Amino acid sequence: MTDAATPLPQTTLDRNRKSDLVAAGLKKRYAAERRFKLYGISAVVIALFFVVLLFSTIISNGYPAFTQTMVKLDVTLYEQDIDPDGTRDPEILSNANYRKLVRLALFDLFPEVKSRSDKRKLSSMISSGAAFALRKAVMDDPSLINQRQQFLFTMSDDIDQFYKGSISSKSPESDRRVNDKQIAWLLRLVDRGLVEKNFNTTFFTGGDSREPELAGIWGAAVGSFFTLLVTLVLSFPIGIASAVYLEEFAPKNRLTQIIEVNINNLAAVPSIVFGLLGLAIFLNFFGLPRSAPLVGGMVLALMTLPTIIIAGRAALKAVPPSIREAALGMGASRIQTVSHHVLPLAMPGMLTGAILGMAQALGETAPLLMIGMVAFIVDVPGSITDPATVLPVQVYLWADSPERAFVERTSGAIIVLLGFLIMMNAAAVILRKKFETKW
Amino acid sequence: MSTSFVFLVLLILTTFSFVTGRSHALSSADDQGKRLHSRPNYYGYFAALWCAIPAFAIASIWMALEGNITASLALSSLPENLQNADVSTLSLISNDIRNLATGNIVARAPEPWLIEAAENYKNFKQTSTVTMLAVVLAVFAASFIWTRKKINPALRARNSVERILLIVLMLCSGVAILTTVGIIFSLIFETARFFTKVPYMDFLFGLEWSPQTALRKDQVGSTGLFGAIPLFAGTLLISFLAMCVAAPVGLMSAIYMAEYAPSKIRGTVKPVLEILAGIPTVVYGFFAALTVAPFFRDAGESVGLLVSSESALVAGGVMGIMLIPFVSSLSDDVIRAVPQSLREGSYGLGATQSETVRQVILPAALPGIVGSLLLATSRAIGETMIVVMAAGLSANMTVNPLEAVTTVTVQIVTLLVGDQEFDSAKTLAAFALGLMLFVVTLILNIIALITVNKYREQYD
Repeated sequence: MTDAATPLPQTTLDRNRKSDLVAAGLKKRYAAERRFKLYGISAVVIALFFVVLLFSTIISNGYPAFTQTMVKLDVTLYEQDIDPDGTRDPEILSNANYRKLVRLALFDLFPEVKSRSDKRKLSSMISSGAAFALRKAVMDDPSLINQRQQFLFTMSDDIDQFYKGSISSKSPESDRRVNDKQIAWLLRLVDRGLVEKNFNTTFFTGGDSREPELAGIWGAAVGSFFTLLVTLVLSFPIGIASAVYLEEFAPKNRLTQIIEVNINNLAAVPSIVFGLLGLAIFLNFFGLPRSAPLVGGMVLALMTLPTIIIAGRAALKAVPPSIREAALGMGASRIQTVSHHVLPLAMPGMLTGAILGMAQALGETAPLLMIGMVAFIVDVPGSITDPATVLPVQVYLWADSPERAFVERTSGAIIVLLGFLIMMNAAAVILRKKFETKW
Repeated sequence: MSTSFVFLVLLILTTFSFVTGRSHALSSADDQGKRLHSRPNYYGYFAALWCAIPAFAIASIWMALEGNITASLALSSLPENLQNADVSTLSLISNDIRNLATGNIVARAPEPWLIEAAENYKNFKQTSTVTMLAVVLAVFAASFIWTRKKINPALRARNSVERILLIVLMLCSGVAILTTVGIIFSLIFETARFFTKVPYMDFLFGLEWSPQTALRKDQVGSTGLFGAIPLFAGTLLISFLAMCVAAPVGLMSAIYMAEYAPSKIRGTVKPVLEILAGIPTVVYGFFAALTVAPFFRDAGESVGLLVSSESALVAGGVMGIMLIPFVSSLSDDVIRAVPQSLREGSYGLGATQSETVRQVILPAALPGIVGSLLLATSRAIGETMIVVMAAGLSANMTVNPLEAVTTVTVQIVTLLVGDQEFDSAKTLAAFALGLMLFVVTLILNIIALITVNKYREQYD
């Protein structure tokens, strides 16, 4: 220890001054430390706050969409209104004026309403869908004619919103779409026990509609299903094949390098550019049908391909080389090694990547706007070439509608969409946990 | 005779050829008393692949070309005076012919020549389908006979099948290249057409954006000006605001998660933040328009500020929220990749944890962090739905975040949605904007990837 540099002789005064300096600085440094940690915590808290805010806004706006205000009305199905000649011809039955019958039933309850404008206001409390419901009931069972029966009718969106409390009766009458008279009538209906809030089946089984109370997400959900089907059928095999080729067979040359750089870049291309590609090539060059899930699926397949390839390659990389060497040593060819041994072991990882890619495709909107999947489509699509829309586009369309009830329905559709996404992500996590092998 | 029917028939025939190929190989091995070179299934695959590939290829090519050829044949049977009409009239007529032939509603009164053309079209189509089926079946039969002749115990069926498989794998990995080429070509081609109508100097450096082209000569206010500078300015403003939210919050939470948080908190907070990354952008757009925009407008009103309900602040802020998990998870990876020895060295010299982070870890991780911020910026520039739903349409040149601005992506959507004609400067302008978007994001991504990779090599 003698050759170690001997410390310079220090006076106790010097040492004290230094430790004082350090001690004085220490306080400041610890304060800075606490501040820094606080910044970190507050950043995390802010981020979490946004998650909570987003979800609570959507859920509190959206859960009323799952119920619908209905009214019970006794309707007399007069034969002279429906089928004056008594032919029971479906043609005549379907063309009868059921709207009038619904209105008559309503006016029976409020005999004091006389003026035309009041009558119009009264009948506007019931959705225009009521007449269709009545027609369907009569068409299904013509023996109902000339009988009096109680039907459950959907109320109009404004009344529905008022009954759910979204429209306050305290705001000035001119500002709201429900006037004082309608409120009074509604309260009388409530007093008689005729109004009830039921589970909103229309929302889950109906197609799009201009009337919020008749609009549903089934059409969009089926469109999403067809679109994702096309995406999956195209992108999963192609993605896995490219991952296998690049990871297991590709010679390390310039072409392979270009392909790899290319895939990484494609993963970061804005999604709307894929929409432009679809518009220019699939629609204008190949003349495929507009607004069809076929084209939407093809565009989304190109978009998700990089995700699936990158995940697939990671899964293949995780399979240890000893597996391949053992198979090759037993005399298997390279293709046999991959298809019999490596691929089955990498499959869970590849499936996880595919599910995440599908989740991304399910939430994608912008490229589908480019290829015309924003049309107002009432019918539920029956095949991949029918015009259709998808859930996120339906959200976009409804978000543009001015009616208060569409805010609720938009949020409801978002809840359904997020439900699907969470399910898919959970499936991916479970798959990863269950089949994860530590080598 | 639908497409699916043809393919179904081919599929059944292929299965048949697999079965017969396999059994033929087995029986010929028995006859000649030799062992098969490959396992019997490979002979089946050999037969099936060689029969199916040519037949499927011919059928698909035929179907792809059929529509246009039959239509032009039907057009060539039209009266002389109509044949010399211009392209757009001809395409209208061919549409009508097609609709008439398939029994759809026709735009014009069905004149005799139109009905005749439709009849011709129907006939051509029928002939074509029958011929196609005949050709495809003949090819299938020929290859079936050929494979049957080829199959004998000495045939190296496995090698042959594997070669085909390898080619298929190679072609699949070419799809990615094809996509890029498709993007570049479609964008450049349409942009070139746009620049024949609007000079590119006007587009790149013009200060005025009002894409409504006049329908009549005397129309007011529809000048058709395509100066993209206001769009670029708006895009940059919104992206900048987004990064103002995402960069500090994302970076600080990444630092906290990587350096401070106990593993339990990290284990719960990280997946929750990743939820934010998985939410579709249309949901953020709705959230911005429904909740955030009215909140800012009212807040501005209460302090006497006029905040536009489509202000850049709202769109940028919500986009920033969307980017938080993106920034934080990328930076988290980068920070955790800094070797532990650097931290320990710093602690050993008496530095506090925050001093270590600020003076050792951040400088070491800087290239990676810059890369992640660049990737996030490129996301912000290309993001569409949030700005479509929350930002405005009017192209203002302003740096005031309380005013409404518009972005490149918003304009692409408004120019293309609901517009059917494809030759106007208006629709083509969308492709020029798309090309700009593609080029800018590509450059940002490449720079980001290079910085991240360089940094990675440093510590590996």
